[in-house]
Amino acid sequence: MSAAILPTLVKRELAGYFVSPVAYVFLVIFLLLTGFFTFTIGNFFERGEASLVSFFTWHPWLYLFLVPAVGMRLWSEERRLGTIELLLTMPIATWHAIVGKFLASWIFLGLALALTFPIVITVNWLGDPDNGVIASGYVGSVLLAGTYLAVACMTSAMTRNQVISFILSVLILLFLILCGYSPVTDLLSRWASPTFVQIVASFSVMTHFESFQRGILDLRDLMFFGSVIGFALFTTGVIIRGLRAG
Amino acid sequence: MIKVENLVKNFGPKIAVNDVSFSVERGEVLGFLGPNGAGKSTTMRMVTGFIPPTSGRISVGGHDMLENPIPAKRLIGYLPENAPSYADMSVQGFLGFVAELRGMTGDAKKKAISQVVEMCMLENVLHQTIDTLSKGYRHRTCLAQSIIHDPDILIMDEPTDGLDPNQKHEVRNLIKRMGANKAIIFSTHILEEVDAACSRVIIIDRGKIVANGTPDELRRRSHRAGAVSVVVSAVSAAQLSEKLGTIACVSGVETLSESPAVVRALPKSPDQKPELVRAVMEMVAQEQWKIEDLRTEEGHFDEVFRSITLPDTMKEGRA
Repeated sequence: MSAAILPTLVKRELAGYFVSPVAYVFLVIFLLLTGFFTFTIGNFFERGEASLVSFFTWHPWLYLFLVPAVGMRLWSEERRLGTIELLLTMPIATWHAIVGKFLASWIFLGLALALTFPIVITVNWLGDPDNGVIASGYVGSVLLAGTYLAVACMTSAMTRNQVISFILSVLILLFLILCGYSPVTDLLSRWASPTFVQIVASFSVMTHFESFQRGILDLRDLMFFGSVIGFALFTTGVIIRGLRAG
Repeated sequence: MIKVENLVKNFGPKIAVNDVSFSVERGEVLGFLGPNGAGKSTTMRMVTGFIPPTSGRISVGGHDMLENPIPAKRLIGYLPENAPSYADMSVQGFLGFVAELRGMTGDAKKKAISQVVEMCMLENVLHQTIDTLSKGYRHRTCLAQSIIHDPDILIMDEPTDGLDPNQKHEVRNLIKRMGANKAIIFSTHILEEVDAACSRVIIIDRGKIVANGTPDELRRRSHRAGAVSVVVSAVSAAQLSEKLGTIACVSGVETLSESPAVVRALPKSPDQKPELVRAVMEMVAQEQWKIEDLRTEEGHFDEVFRSITLPDTMKEGRA
């Protein structure tokens, strides 16, 4: 009995989203906002392009607030209710609990993203897009959501207050976005060496997310997202162990 | 089943648990007693593997809790302080979740749930969401999860806290019943509970074990153990005290009331109670006092508890 316990943990956590109306409200807000960004701000029709660029471009910003909202309760709620004491005295390893919670929320975000399928149908109906690029865009978006979520998971373990957890993760994620956001890198390159700017930018989710939008599945980008997720979840484990050690 | 050696826990500069050692065997119910903040919960959290000790060893059913936590945790059922549970789940969903974490599936899971639901009387609320339940039901739901896998070891942190007197009685009976073939540790600050359910008591104060014995042994440490109180009318308390003080096995007398005269005679040792009773009866007959009442005392737990756990300065103030 090791990883066999994961489905149980995932199932409980996922069901936890749907017992309250919050999950449905979230899904509606997510879909409304993606629509708003794609069509109004992204000028989907005016572009006259058979692509989902205007759809994916806004995801790093949209997720900046929506993903921490999904992840903030993961551990802070356990700490507030005291159920963390139950969970961690069960015959399971701490990493089971961490990965189980993370996966459940990631599945939930994946579900939200999957519900944007009408836009794929629309663009295929209106024109003749490169569906490979669209698929790669979706892969990038799922990985981006997972990366944000892992950070939210980490900040959630730091505090029993969901609001603090939310604000902390937004701050960290904002840094991860901005250090590769072209207005910021341009500003930075005025006084820093190009190598330095490049190093800083390579820590940004933007740099790595963009190549997915161009239809490029680069191993380095996959590794970037994978290692940020791994690092954040590992840190979550360290924080939880630290809490217990007192 | 449980063996704890030289357990120490520091929270920063504060020593929460200081060199605690004890062991509990199958068939024993160990009561953990102590004032608030004495280190009861911290000790239990270490034994259940929730927090690691600063130093010391914990062995549960032969498994070391620090080196091999999963098999050790499998043997334990744990009811944490304040009986936490997932507020957004139904009672049935919650118990099912715990049963699955405990490795049960299918029929075994169904059977285990129906068993604890019956034991903890949760039939009426099985499909209700936990946060809609009263405190008593929530408490029993958490109690049910702790015994769902019929554990060899049961650790309960204040299992009767916040329950009404009937529920308290039920929980004590449950503990007593299960104590016959399990090793149980429970903490409380309700002294009567110790008598009702424990086979052994550990009193812990400021992180240290200050007393360890059966409830009877501890009671005998009360200075009132074996004392005889006499209520006599038409005699002054001073006269009564003086006479009682002359009995050979009396170590001291205490005047409890002037009118009617109530005086308590304390024996030199709790074992001398029968001797003391006989001597008092003889004296009553000889002096031809009109006796109204005669009470013997077994010793009071709360008195022992207070004398052991009160800070020295407060003890002086009381004396």
